Amino acid sequence: MNDMRPIAPEVLASENGKPFKVSRRGFLGASLGALVLGVTLPASLTRALAAAPAAITPGSRVAAFLEIRPDSTVLFRSAFIEGGQGIFTAMAQIVGEELDVDPANFVVEGAPPGPDYLLTGGGRFTGGSMSVRMSYDTMRKLGASARHMLLQAAAAKLGVPVSELSTEPGKVIHAASSRTVPYGEIADDAAALPLPAEVPLRDRANFRWIGKPFARLDARDKSTGKAKYSIDQKIDGMLYAAVQHSPRLGGEPGAMQNEGEVRGMPGVHSVHRLPGAVAVVANSWWRARRAVEALQVNWTEAASTASHPMPADFSSAAHMAKLKAASGDGVAFETEGDAVGALAGAARVVEAVYDAPYLVHGQLEPPSALARWNEDGSLELWLPNQAPEMFQADAAKFAGIAPEKVIIHSPMLGGFFGRHFLYQTANPYPQAIQLAKAVGRPIKLLWSREEEFLRDALRPMAAVRFRGGLDAKGMPVALSAVAVGEGPTGRWFGRQPDKVDSSAVEGIAGKVYAIPNRRVGQIHVDDPAIIGFWRSVGHSMNDFFYETFLDELADAGQQDPYELRHRLLAGSPRHRTLLEAVADLAGGWKRGPFVAEDGTRRARGVAMASPFGSEVATIAEVSLRDGDIAVHDVWVAIDPGSIVNPAIIEAQMNSAVALGLSSALLEEVVYVDGMPQARNYDGYQILTPDRMPRVHVRIVESGAPMGGIGEPGLPGVPPAVANALSVLAGKRIRSLPLSKLDLKEVDG
Amino acid sequence: MELTINGTKHQVDIEPDTPLLWVLRDELGMTGTKYGCGLAQCGACTVLVDGQSTRSCVTPVESVAGTEIMTIEAVADDPIGQKVVEAWVSNQVAQCGYCQSGQVMAATALLKQTPKPSDDDIAGAMVNLCRCGTYNAIAAAVRDAAQA
Repeated sequence: MNDMRPIAPEVLASENGKPFKVSRRGFLGASLGALVLGVTLPASLTRALAAAPAAITPGSRVAAFLEIRPDSTVLFRSAFIEGGQGIFTAMAQIVGEELDVDPANFVVEGAPPGPDYLLTGGGRFTGGSMSVRMSYDTMRKLGASARHMLLQAAAAKLGVPVSELSTEPGKVIHAASSRTVPYGEIADDAAALPLPAEVPLRDRANFRWIGKPFARLDARDKSTGKAKYSIDQKIDGMLYAAVQHSPRLGGEPGAMQNEGEVRGMPGVHSVHRLPGAVAVVANSWWRARRAVEALQVNWTEAASTASHPMPADFSSAAHMAKLKAASGDGVAFETEGDAVGALAGAARVVEAVYDAPYLVHGQLEPPSALARWNEDGSLELWLPNQAPEMFQADAAKFAGIAPEKVIIHSPMLGGFFGRHFLYQTANPYPQAIQLAKAVGRPIKLLWSREEEFLRDALRPMAAVRFRGGLDAKGMPVALSAVAVGEGPTGRWFGRQPDKVDSSAVEGIAGKVYAIPNRRVGQIHVDDPAIIGFWRSVGHSMNDFFYETFLDELADAGQQDPYELRHRLLAGSPRHRTLLEAVADLAGGWKRGPFVAEDGTRRARGVAMASPFGSEVATIAEVSLRDGDIAVHDVWVAIDPGSIVNPAIIEAQMNSAVALGLSSALLEEVVYVDGMPQARNYDGYQILTPDRMPRVHVRIVESGAPMGGIGEPGLPGVPPAVANALSVLAGKRIRSLPLSKLDLKEVDG
Repeated sequence: MELTINGTKHQVDIEPDTPLLWVLRDELGMTGTKYGCGLAQCGACTVLVDGQSTRSCVTPVESVAGTEIMTIEAVADDPIGQKVVEAWVSNQVAQCGYCQSGQVMAATALLKQTPKPSDDDIAGAMVNLCRCGTYNAIAAAVRDAAQA
């Protein structure tokens, strides 16, 4: 997901790209060049778009995105779904800047499926830290187009030439006659006008909102319980459903020993068999859950025909051993110079094997789906999702109806981190659709936390074998890395056996250091688990592998790890500047160990990463107390090229540090006998407030092409922490999470 | 069973061991209080029972009959709650926001009992999980609310 190839149109449309095979038949439409007055429901908008007949350019039709209301406030339909990353606010800033409407006067909601919103390389999803960088120019033009139409309408209304008009936020001004026309008064007239072919964009120097720390639009609603998530949706006549899944994927429900008894439990409407699960429908979710968990089900073992059946003897430890034992160099992904020759001629060769475990997403909102079959045969779904068209297509296939008959609502996400892509067995909506059909009523299905931890799509497990060669002066001259495992992009978008899935190697490949002879290869090993995209995807672990191995090379060559990086970036001013920036932010580089003012013995680690189009340098300061790892400060310098909202970037860096640290310190999904051992946060610990370090952020705007924000802050955190810890522990650390280490013997 | 929630009495006819969370959400339609884990691990379901921070997902409804229950829906009507909300907004605490109802309620409970909390008091009371990692902003907002 790092580069754009996995989501480029040709890939999306490839024969392997099943999840993206969205039928566009029903949506191809002609210009709807109108500013729709008043509030239109997404359902009716969907129908309006479906009725339009010719091809359209995504992001061009003002009416698909903007409704200017009589009070001159703006309803904006975002192609991207808000899940904490601040995209709704960013969209309001970008569009408002050109439309000339204060972003605070925007109400933003997730757009329904439709061709207008395919802004992510010809498809549509919220992920890969793509949203702003992929739509920035288009959304600016959209806002400017709407402003142009409003000016035209005002000119007609006032009987003056457009050239005499200007705008101030929310209104058109005719200075010569001191007249003003609020946008809301001319939205109707503007609606009748054609879209302009060309519109001038505002000069960057005159930006009022882009680049400023504009307050989030959702801050108050989210502080008062008013924000509505999928789990909060309620519609007339709905019943609630809870499920119990087969403990191993692929197993099917056999006899239910106490079915009659469970049918008689309070509030129970009905008991159902579903593929791989049983369900209870009841008049409250608690009653449904209590009943479904009381069901004593004989689960069959997975049939050999099942898709991705979980073997009864599967264990994560055995799978890790298998990955580490894989031999050979795999398929080459990135080569430079002659790594084999340079290793053979090196003064010293360092070898190490690194690994990282499975992770769950652990977003706090458990997955749910609300399904309603309407009288006209359409199916309406409210569900957490990062890709409405993909879910629409898949739901249509499952329901046996045309995609245009599926109405998708995409509420705000209670965290996502990659959780809400189309992962089939990890998504509750097929169950909700089936149950709603069976009972003839709308069904709100919610997975308990335990069912969620059983069926989440995991960050894949991975192991990497490194060999590094040093010259006589201790400088790295060769690096060979072989990543073993499976990447999520290949799993979900089709894998070509002779090619490397970039999501498996990103963060080992694409590094910026001037090591003249390099080879990065991959050995594909099928992962028996359902794997998915986890925040920063391959980078979330691969930069840990690479950047800690680089410290090993520094140690072997008797070089300071910061100084070594600095030297290796001599030919790359952008990265060298960033490395210096993070050191400056941290008050200068020092590795340690050193004694801090509070008497603790501390060390610092440094790491760099190039994820999702941005560049990041990270320093972490760590101490040990009674074997417990304390991370005191994390300094992050990020260069995303150019920015929209520095406050949101700082918040995202905090968030990325928290999740990166959580994964580094604590998180690990363990499978025994084909079953995850932890089914809730009591067994799967995530970062608690007492472990949160101070986070210091510096944004460097180099002017390079705009990069991502949501994910790039994460990859540098685990290696920066592990590199610091290695100094204190006096040994290299090659496996996560760090909580597995016995550090009690180390003097804190 | 009679419950007093946000100063209003509600009659509910429900199994007495039903967790308060689900009475709020499904019986009374007050969905601001969130379900995250059901095991009192995450705190997304935090409400105030007689001013005490309480995890409603493991609180049988019968145990809170006769108490004063306060939920996020009424937080801005409470003088201390209002300060907390304003501090949450001005510190731009929320990211995904899902845990924030519980965080705001936990902060309100803290400041009701300890109007001028030390950093240790804050660390001791603000223990709810946030997967977006807004912990630093939460601590800053609690300090601001205490000063307001």
